[in-house]
Amino acid sequence: MTVGAAKTPLLRIGSVVKRFGGFTAVDDLSLDIAAGEFFALLGPSGCGKTTLLRMLAGFETPDAGAIHLDGADIAHVLPHERPVNMMFQNYALFPHLTVEGNIAFGLKRAGLPKDEIAARVAEVVALVRLEGLEKRRPDQLSGGQRQRVALARSLARRPRVLLLDEPLAALDKKLRESTQAELLDVQRRLGMTFIIVTHDQEEAMTVADRIGVMNKGRLVQVAPPRELYEAPNSRWIAGFVGDINLIEGQVAARQAGHFTIATEHAGTIVASHVPSTATSNVCAAIRPEKIRISKEASGESAVNTFSGNLTSTGFLGGVSVYAVKLDGGAVLRVAAANATRASADGFVVGQRVTVSFAPDDVVVLDR
Amino acid sequence: MSGRRIFTRPARLAAIAPYLWMALFFLVPFGFVLKIALSQTAIAQPPYVPVFDLAAGWEAFKAGLSALSFDNFKLLASDDLYIFSYVRSLVVAVTSTAILLLIGYPVAYGMSRLPQRWQPIAMMLVIVPFWTSFLIRIYAWINVLQHDGLLNKALLALGIIDKPLVWLSTDAAMYLGIVYSYFPFMILPLYATLSKMDDALLEAAADLGASRLKAFWLVTFPLSLPGIGAGVLLCFIPIVGEFVIPDLLAGSDRMMIGQTLWLEFFTNKDWPVASAIAVVLLVVLLVPLLIYEKLQRRHLEQR
Repeated sequence: MTVGAAKTPLLRIGSVVKRFGGFTAVDDLSLDIAAGEFFALLGPSGCGKTTLLRMLAGFETPDAGAIHLDGADIAHVLPHERPVNMMFQNYALFPHLTVEGNIAFGLKRAGLPKDEIAARVAEVVALVRLEGLEKRRPDQLSGGQRQRVALARSLARRPRVLLLDEPLAALDKKLRESTQAELLDVQRRLGMTFIIVTHDQEEAMTVADRIGVMNKGRLVQVAPPRELYEAPNSRWIAGFVGDINLIEGQVAARQAGHFTIATEHAGTIVASHVPSTATSNVCAAIRPEKIRISKEASGESAVNTFSGNLTSTGFLGGVSVYAVKLDGGAVLRVAAANATRASADGFVVGQRVTVSFAPDDVVVLDR
Repeated sequence: MSGRRIFTRPARLAAIAPYLWMALFFLVPFGFVLKIALSQTAIAQPPYVPVFDLAAGWEAFKAGLSALSFDNFKLLASDDLYIFSYVRSLVVAVTSTAILLLIGYPVAYGMSRLPQRWQPIAMMLVIVPFWTSFLIRIYAWINVLQHDGLLNKALLALGIIDKPLVWLSTDAAMYLGIVYSYFPFMILPLYATLSKMDDALLEAAADLGASRLKAFWLVTFPLSLPGIGAGVLLCFIPIVGEFVIPDLLAGSDRMMIGQTLWLEFFTNKDWPVASAIAVVLLVVLLVPLLIYEKLQRRHLEQR
């Protein structure tokens, strides 16, 4: 499976395989990444995303396949000879060197003249806003500052591709969110190609142009964030990315724009689209925030409208989540924005409610 | 009970315990030694004067104080024997420590790079010989090195030499004994720092364009300096005062200061001079300690 990028690929990963003993960490994986792209590798731990990144950095060599950068195969080039740099998960800053020394480390190895090194250090220091901290050592810096030093150090050599291994995992939530924005800003300003490995889907969605979701060494889906969320290509992706209600059933009638799915626990569900590849045993997938909940009893005859009992409510601040047990037996999770301060339409556990969703919001997946 | 008290009584005791220990087992004995060093030798029991007797009263105490002098220290400075002994001790200690570092660093580095499950075994191999008495091991070396010892027999049997060589009672034998005996004291602190080294730092160095050799010199080596400092001190200081190894393995023509001290104390029964030698030795040994302390402090201040 080769997922082509629109532009000429800067990086072409072709049928790469990596085994550790009997365990296949990366299994026949192919991927093209375009110049200037911000690409995220997302997946559960142990899915092979870090191994793939380490192969791009040169710390692991693939057992099979090729990695082409600017047309040249770099699969067996040593790490210190690649035009690729990495920002390490725990930053791996040199504790005995100052901020300046850390950033200049790679420039000195490149044999740049002294004034050029000083100029480049000043440039990236300004880029990540570390002015005034040049003479500090890593243990005199806060977590956020260390993260910036690591970013500056990996940017200083102006790599063709910057690899980021869980770069924000060590930061607390607030700092992580502001740093995501900074990371995106730096990438846009430099026009550099970034590949980030993360297990945090929100992070991947926030920063990436495209996301490649990996599971068990394979790429399951490669798509822009919105497509990944709204049009997952499999039940696994639907369940992995965000929250979703899955209801199993059979396609009963196929009619352009109006497919009916007969389900055991939720009656008949109408979907406006069913992939042509789908067999008759399918799964109707509906995101919780696409479902409307109301106290009014409405006609059972309306499309995708079901009655049930409210079994739990949860207040999360911006949204509230509800669980509704339909009369048919299925339990749907519903998310509703708390658009007003006063919860005038406050729901009470145990009360009768009606839930409904548009046929357009039903994603039909193979079981 | 005052709620503002931070330390409970046992905690306060624990905090001053090291100082109590130092006072009781170092400062007080050192005071005795210093006092004897300032005394004069005498055919008496104990073999020096003056002797302070608390029962003798204040006048006797003052008389005793005025009898103390720096004569023994002047003697040390004027007699070549002592100066040569000190110089020899320092030369032997510097040379041995350098050899220990040159052999110990690669061994400790190799140990730290072994697969995790092999490391405790390698550690045991370094330590286990030291479960045998130190003296027995030195006597074993005498057996190996003597005229008809294992070494000469082996070399003769292999045809490398045609008549036995003199190994025992040479500087080479002494250095062998010292390096052998102090090996773990060099290895263990080095291994401790090297095995704590974060592999990600070496990967970062490689990622930033450093070859393996460059990464070693620019990252591993500077980060292992505290281990080098500890290993060097742990070896250098006791080697300066070493007595048994040079006495048993080296020739008797040149003495280390420990041997000279022993001679003064047991053979010449000159306790005051022996004590003066010990006091000067302590002062000499304070120099590397102070340098190390200063370097450590500078290192901390840079942080």
